[in-house]
Amino acid sequence: MNALSCKLCSFWSSSIGKKTVVALTGIVLLLFLPGHLIGNLLFFLGPDSINAYGIFLHELGHGAVIWIARFTLLACLIAHVVATIQLVRQNKAARETQYACKATVTATRSSRLMIWSGLTILFFIIFHILHYTVRIAYDFDGPAFQTMLDGHQTLNIHQMMLVGFSNGPVTIFYIIAITCLCSHLSHGVSSVFQTLGLRTEKSASAITAFGNLYAFAIWAGFLSMPIAILFFGVGK
Amino acid sequence: MANLNLTLKVWRQARPGDAGSIETYDAKDIPEEASFLEMLDIVNERLIPAGGDPIHFDHDCREGICGACSLTINGVPHGPEGGITTCQLHMRKFKDGDTIWIEPFRAKAFPVIKDLVVDRSAFDRIIESGGYISVRTGSAPDAHAILVPKEAADASFEAAACIGCGACVAACKNASAMLFVSAKASHLNHLPQGQPEKHERVLAMVKTMDNEGFGNCTNQYECEAVCPKEISADNIAKLNRDYSAAKSHDAVV
Repeated sequence: MNALSCKLCSFWSSSIGKKTVVALTGIVLLLFLPGHLIGNLLFFLGPDSINAYGIFLHELGHGAVIWIARFTLLACLIAHVVATIQLVRQNKAARETQYACKATVTATRSSRLMIWSGLTILFFIIFHILHYTVRIAYDFDGPAFQTMLDGHQTLNIHQMMLVGFSNGPVTIFYIIAITCLCSHLSHGVSSVFQTLGLRTEKSASAITAFGNLYAFAIWAGFLSMPIAILFFGVGK
Repeated sequence: MANLNLTLKVWRQARPGDAGSIETYDAKDIPEEASFLEMLDIVNERLIPAGGDPIHFDHDCREGICGACSLTINGVPHGPEGGITTCQLHMRKFKDGDTIWIEPFRAKAFPVIKDLVVDRSAFDRIIESGGYISVRTGSAPDAHAILVPKEAADASFEAAACIGCGACVAACKNASAMLFVSAKASHLNHLPQGQPEKHERVLAMVKTMDNEGFGNCTNQYECEAVCPKEISADNIAKLNRDYSAAKSHDAVV
């Protein structure tokens, strides 16, 4: 092992180093969300818009861009989850005897539930990828999920969303997971600034407000589709 | 002034490593003007003639500047009032008939010695590892030989107000010592005199902190809320920043 990789290992094994990894991978993951959301919101513009967007993503850079994005996101997700689980285990070990009388002065509920909201999101991501990317539930070569666009046969993403969100239990799990994501982001976004050393007392309230607004926008955006489909029959 | 009749739930532990348990004591007829530690003195003075083992707790100056007193009172280190130590807390802040839980500062890195007394020498070892500057001995230099910007002097002074009591560790959900370490590092890192050893200091103090078994900061700011000297969590942001810079410097330069 050369000197530089030794330094990287010691950075990873230190408390602040591992937290920095969580913050940096968190930035990648939370920047992915608005991109994913804006693409999905094309659902409201009708089948041709979102189906054309699907083709665009798959053909960008001769099909390379989507795979680079997938591997980057996967690597960041794994690093984020592994680092936080190790940190949480260390945190539990640091207080062997709990207080008989517990009190919280200022920590938010979201900040105390980070590991649980995070694990729920992790299970949701696995389910979501199996659902819409691997598509184990659908016969995606079958006629029900194929459509014609500009004279070419293509996957009907609009139809997949309609079918997916017409299922009650799936939609309820989706709503729970997105709500956990909102909670996770409300602490996570502002935490990024503190962990990277960019928060000050003067900027603290602005950073907290930005984090909460970001979390709310992601929550409202992602919930607009299942609620529109399941409760208002949009797109049917 | 009315006197208070209280019920105390106190952690009793005979020696390090023992199981320990919460014991209940009646604290009758406690004057409102007594400090919290004076209340414990009164309870002990009644316990001793009855043949009981007095409740052991740390204390020294009893005026909020030494950092010796501790106690987690109703789940909050140094009690419910912000910006003060336990010795500055007075019984008028409690009501007649209250039940008060009194526990030691809880952390794996702060093992209980007896009852409410914990061993905070992990903090001393953190200071030993980097909480110093190296200076040339000889006659004192002129006070204005090294210019210090007012902003840096103020930030350094505010960080230096830390009395090392350990309330930050006790309050943190993860028993993290980041507020203490960051205050001690900031105090020197803000000043020109602290610059030559800045990177070494940050790396050594964080390494010692990790090795002592403190937890990791999760940016919940419980530490800042209970700190008797109101040390700002800005110091933690600075330590995070300084640590990444020191690691980068160490790796490539």
